[in-house]
Amino acid sequence: MNATCLETIKVGESLPPLALPAINRTTLALFAGASGDHNAIHIDTDYARKAGMADVFAHGMLSMAYLGRLLTQWVDQRQLREFGVRFLGITHLGHQITCTGTVIERFEAQGEQRIKVEVSTTNQYGETKIVGDAVIAL
Amino acid sequence: MIDKKHIGKQLPTFLATAEAGQLRFFAKATGETNPIYFDEQAARDAGHPNLPLPPTFLFSLEFQIPSNAWRDELGIVTARVLHGEESFRYHRMAYAGDTLRFDVRIADIYDKKGGALEFVVRETRVTNQHGEHVADLRSVLVQRNG
Repeated sequence: MNATCLETIKVGESLPPLALPAINRTTLALFAGASGDHNAIHIDTDYARKAGMADVFAHGMLSMAYLGRLLTQWVDQRQLREFGVRFLGITHLGHQITCTGTVIERFEAQGEQRIKVEVSTTNQYGETKIVGDAVIAL
Repeated sequence: MIDKKHIGKQLPTFLATAEAGQLRFFAKATGETNPIYFDEQAARDAGHPNLPLPPTFLFSLEFQIPSNAWRDELGIVTARVLHGEESFRYHRMAYAGDTLRFDVRIADIYDKKGGALEFVVRETRVTNQHGEHVADLRSVLVQRNG
């Protein structure tokens, strides 16, 4: 799956984006079971309303898993050294998330050529929900 | 208020294993299309000994902590908690069937906006059954008060 020629990667280059289907309740129920995060706020509307939310909403880690897919469809996971995100906004039901990434830096560390990639998720209204970065060894 | 005396607190160490079936379920739930994450033969053909844990899956294994009593001890109210940040530093791959050891500590506790927002930073070191360092996780939880 590693079709990317890492040696020729340049700063400013974009990763092939990853577009996801709209988030629905089934997405959240499946992710709750699969991820082990059974927090009712993501699966039980009554509970979410009592907690002051309009409805259930997506797990932050679902979006981070999507960003993980963005990275591993581009490079082999064995090259991944660091991956971190900040959750800026809530991803709600109906949001269609697109994951994007851009190479922002090329450097050497621990005897390896590495790149830093800036990643983010954005919904169909152009609202950024998660920002982060990843370090990849070439 | 979450008492800052808990900074440095070590949670009980625990072991967790990712089962292949759980990894396949995670692949389905995240729309994964790369077969190395759900097909053992594809994983082996790509040079992996078994199904790899995808980049964020160690966070899922942390839910296997035997007791959530630490959350009560700190005064964390689940309904008011949001995930603020998450990061991973990887040292080696982990695979289905590996027995992973989780050493978790409360690295920091702080507040902003006069206590309206409280932050709990958890740091986790993951090692495998050979004693090799797999990864470090850092999670920031945000509790909304008032």
